[in-house]
Amino acid sequence: MSSHHLDARGQKCPLPVIALARLAADLPAGSRIEVLADDPAARADIPAWCRLKGHTVSQTDVGEHTAYLVVVGQAPRKSTGGA
Amino acid sequence: MAAVADPDFQRAVLDAAPGPMHPAARETFLAALDAGWADPRRLHSEGRRAAALLDTARSVLAAGLDARPDEVTLHPTGSHALLAGLRGIRQARRRVGATIVTTAVDQALVLREPDVDAVGVDSEGRLDLVALRERLAAPHVALCVLAAANQEIGTRQPIADALAASAAAGVPLLVDLAASWGRSPLPPRPDAYAADASSVGGPPLGVLAVRPGTRVKRQPVSTPERGLEPAPPFVPLALAAAEAWRQQEADREVEDRATSALIDRIRAAAAALPDVQVVGSATDRLPHVATFSVLYVDGETLVHELDRRGFAVASGSACTADTLEPSHVLAAIGAVTHGNVRITLPTSAVAPHRAQDVDRFCTVLPDAVSTVRAQLGTDRL
Repeated sequence: MSSHHLDARGQKCPLPVIALARLAADLPAGSRIEVLADDPAARADIPAWCRLKGHTVSQTDVGEHTAYLVVVGQAPRKSTGGA
Repeated sequence: MAAVADPDFQRAVLDAAPGPMHPAARETFLAALDAGWADPRRLHSEGRRAAALLDTARSVLAAGLDARPDEVTLHPTGSHALLAGLRGIRQARRRVGATIVTTAVDQALVLREPDVDAVGVDSEGRLDLVALRERLAAPHVALCVLAAANQEIGTRQPIADALAASAAAGVPLLVDLAASWGRSPLPPRPDAYAADASSVGGPPLGVLAVRPGTRVKRQPVSTPERGLEPAPPFVPLALAAAEAWRQQEADREVEDRATSALIDRIRAAAAALPDVQVVGSATDRLPHVATFSVLYVDGETLVHELDRRGFAVASGSACTADTLEPSHVLAAIGAVTHGNVRITLPTSAVAPHRAQDVDRFCTVLPDAVSTVRAQLGTDRL
């Protein structure tokens, strides 16, 4: 499956999530995206967004930033509310 | 914005934490500025009158917490009352240990204390009872501190079960009523309650009620508020708080049903929008609190857009609070933290147009959200 990179270091929330959503929108299920972000809010936000959209995510702290590995899921991308 | 030019336009305060004062409490406050301005410790007539008024206020506030007047101390705010109780009980139990067991969604001021053991919560913010029982059984636990309901997302905690668990472990339980006092039935009486009169449309005033037999480290007897505060409260604030409580208690059941229905409408209006996450329990919650996160917008821009359209709302997103970090509550339940909007409805006495305000809010929300998304270029995501 295809592999993609997104360097969102220096960007404040919600910009990393917006960039990730743009990238993931056109990718088939199973695609892998490596995201780098250093905004503290992204630590909660990227995993929360992935859960909501049915993507899987794992994260590793790398010095000043965090590396996220997102695997695009099969679930419908459009959500209409509900926790 | 057309609404701003409308002569009938009025601001809708959907952030009552704290909100405007109840009109009766305001009247009481103004009258008390003349009658009760003196230091209640003074021996002259004015001082004795202030002391008598303070006794009256204390009796009313104590009854509101199922307590006797001599079990109740008054503090500048609910946060002060909570910390006074937490630190007083912890110090009295220092031979046992210093650990405070709480949850990951309790107030930041609790989580910032040293030696905190925070139990996890589920996606609605409800604490894990099994984990709580385990943590309470650990050695060196000084006390357990739990909010009866979360002030950001509204979810209630199983306080009766937590009280049984803490009693079984021999650990005192301090229940934080910050958002719930007067808005929700009192949970069974724990070792201590901390409350704030601003939750009932009063001025900010902290109330701590400690059950007889619960040990609290206090300063020498001459120190005000039973050794827990450096000064007595300003008596007019205490009287206004007591009046607000009395008014709210008389209206509570009607208010509970009315606010709960309005919150259901706000939750439904938010959930109907694309890419909006409604947060917290839909049913086991405070009647007057709603929170949702709008994906792909920042909380600050959304709060400003709603403000421009006449609505005062709060937000748990980063850059909208007192820190650059997003709400620890949203993070702990795994919710999206950006684009967050938090509604705390005022009482109907404070906001007589509350139902119309909520109607207008639900009508305006879709357009406010698409306006902000269009500005940020995220409307087609």
